Amino acid sequence: MKELKRIQNPYNEAKVIDACSVFGMMDQSGKCFSGEGVIRAIANMHDRGNGLGGGFAIYGLYPDLADYFAFHIMYLSVQAKKQTEDYLNKKFAIIQCEEVPTQPTTTINDPPLVWRYFTSCNKPPVKEFIEEEYVISCVMEINTGIDGAFVFSSGKDMAVFKGVGYPEEIAEFFNLKQYMGYLWTAHGRFPTNTPGWWGGAHPFCLLDWTVVHNGELSSYGINRRYLEQFGYKCTMQTDTEVVAYAIDLLIRKHKLPIEIAAKILAPPLWSEIERHPKRERELLKALRQVYGSLLLNGPFTVIIAHHGEMIGLTDRIRLRPLTVGTKNDVLYLSSEESAIRLICPNLDSAWIPMGGEPIIGRLTERQPSSPTAEGVGSSAN
Amino acid sequence: MDKIVKINAEGVKYRQLNIKLRELTANGTGKIELHNICGQRYIGTDLEGAVEIEIFGTPGNDLGAFMDKPRITVHGNAQDGCGNTMNSGEIIIHGHAGDITGLAARGGRIFVRDDVGYRAGIHMKGYNDKKPTIVIGGTAQDFVGEYMAGGIMVLLGLTLSKGERHKACFIGTGMHGGVIYIRGDVDDYQLGKEVDRAELNNEDNELLESLVGEYVEYFNMNPKEIMSTRFTKLFPRWLRPYGRLYAY
Repeated sequence: MKELKRIQNPYNEAKVIDACSVFGMMDQSGKCFSGEGVIRAIANMHDRGNGLGGGFAIYGLYPDLADYFAFHIMYLSVQAKKQTEDYLNKKFAIIQCEEVPTQPTTTINDPPLVWRYFTSCNKPPVKEFIEEEYVISCVMEINTGIDGAFVFSSGKDMAVFKGVGYPEEIAEFFNLKQYMGYLWTAHGRFPTNTPGWWGGAHPFCLLDWTVVHNGELSSYGINRRYLEQFGYKCTMQTDTEVVAYAIDLLIRKHKLPIEIAAKILAPPLWSEIERHPKRERELLKALRQVYGSLLLNGPFTVIIAHHGEMIGLTDRIRLRPLTVGTKNDVLYLSSEESAIRLICPNLDSAWIPMGGEPIIGRLTERQPSSPTAEGVGSSAN
Repeated sequence: MDKIVKINAEGVKYRQLNIKLRELTANGTGKIELHNICGQRYIGTDLEGAVEIEIFGTPGNDLGAFMDKPRITVHGNAQDGCGNTMNSGEIIIHGHAGDITGLAARGGRIFVRDDVGYRAGIHMKGYNDKKPTIVIGGTAQDFVGEYMAGGIMVLLGLTLSKGERHKACFIGTGMHGGVIYIRGDVDDYQLGKEVDRAELNNEDNELLESLVGEYVEYFNMNPKEIMSTRFTKLFPRWLRPYGRLYAY
């Protein structure tokens, strides 16, 4: 464990001003690119974090094994690894497995073991078998039932790489430059009210949903109690994981479009709802009545991703920053505009969306009828 | 003629950059150009002296915080918190600015060519001849002028298309000093509970003409077109809106 005081406050200043950094980059044409730019961009926001968490999610990562659930699991002990592998062998056919390649670096101390497994489900003899439900229950089982084992990611053709360190150090540790993907999200952490540990770094992942977050969810308790009724178990000791589970519930299970899900997580204020035309007003009221317990209160900026989509969203009164940039097919989301400009100086447009307004990037080739980006707002420079 | 110093700031940390700016200002440099700026925070913080700083790139948060007298020109967009608690001088932004532009400013002037984010001018304060002034060429997001205790806020709305209105809500929430001028109309629901409207008098018009005159000079626009549209003036209804909140 790192000595926190030295990292958090190397200059012995009376006050340390930090905030998390989030970054997302998606090529909406589906073209894969290396992580080099994303790593430089998140490193440019180094001062927002304090070295107690960094991580990346990559989509389109394992095209040759795209049909298999790619479990990335961290172990704090050899015993945890053995127990988990025994469990996995019972529940899945493991097609391929290996230790996630790392390279020794001076900055990452005492890392856990990280392994990846490409698996297909051993279907139990039941009538209605839902693959995703099966995987989720296994993830929850490992996270809560096996001491010292935590699932970093559990989706197909994607993965999360994360740990304790600055994001650029984590990138070096896992040698992320070598990987290619069409959608990357990244996070630099400044833990506020929960410890900085490997499992608590962002992104948080369930199936192929990932979330990176800047802010604090003061509604965590309410959100968590609501989600537990649906079988989600919060194990990561941090507020952000409720966003991943809420999105899974709303979009995968309840089949709501992302635009509606955004109105549940960051609903308009009542005073604003009253000014909407009747039909919209009734919809917005109904959403607040049905899903009131999933309202995310407190300051947040999140970048949510899954295959084919990347969504940026802030709280209703935008207590945390989010800047959007576009260049041809590429959509950028970032805590700071400078991080985008570093890797793409000549953007087609750059703007700051309204609080609670979702900015959505979509793969054009998979959903040819859908718009590429639905952000509104003024564009400048 | 003043000496111009050019600095390539690529990869330079803000601490080193600010040490350099202080050295140059102390030895009487009149003009400094910063090239390849990309996210360095606190540029010009607490800098004192009538130095001119031109920034090429995207400066980081808290640009010109606490500064006294310099003139900073940004050729690009500014991020959050520019002009934080500034004392005097100017910040001129050829682009847009992020959230909390000019927060807690106690003097000086900020000119933004395009839009600003949330909470521009939050808790600006004024005293006698110290009047922090923010002129926004475009429009603002919510909570513009929140808790304003003094100073002048001007919204010109030049980035709005024809017929489009300012969308900001909670304008001047908690405001208890200073004045806000908005070119064009706003609805009552957009205003904070603590502000009211007033007709412009001669003094207001003279002030606006001079500020708009300065704006068009920086950004090369036509003042007549801007001044031909009606302005809305907002002022605080009470000097101490919460004076009795905790008095039982």
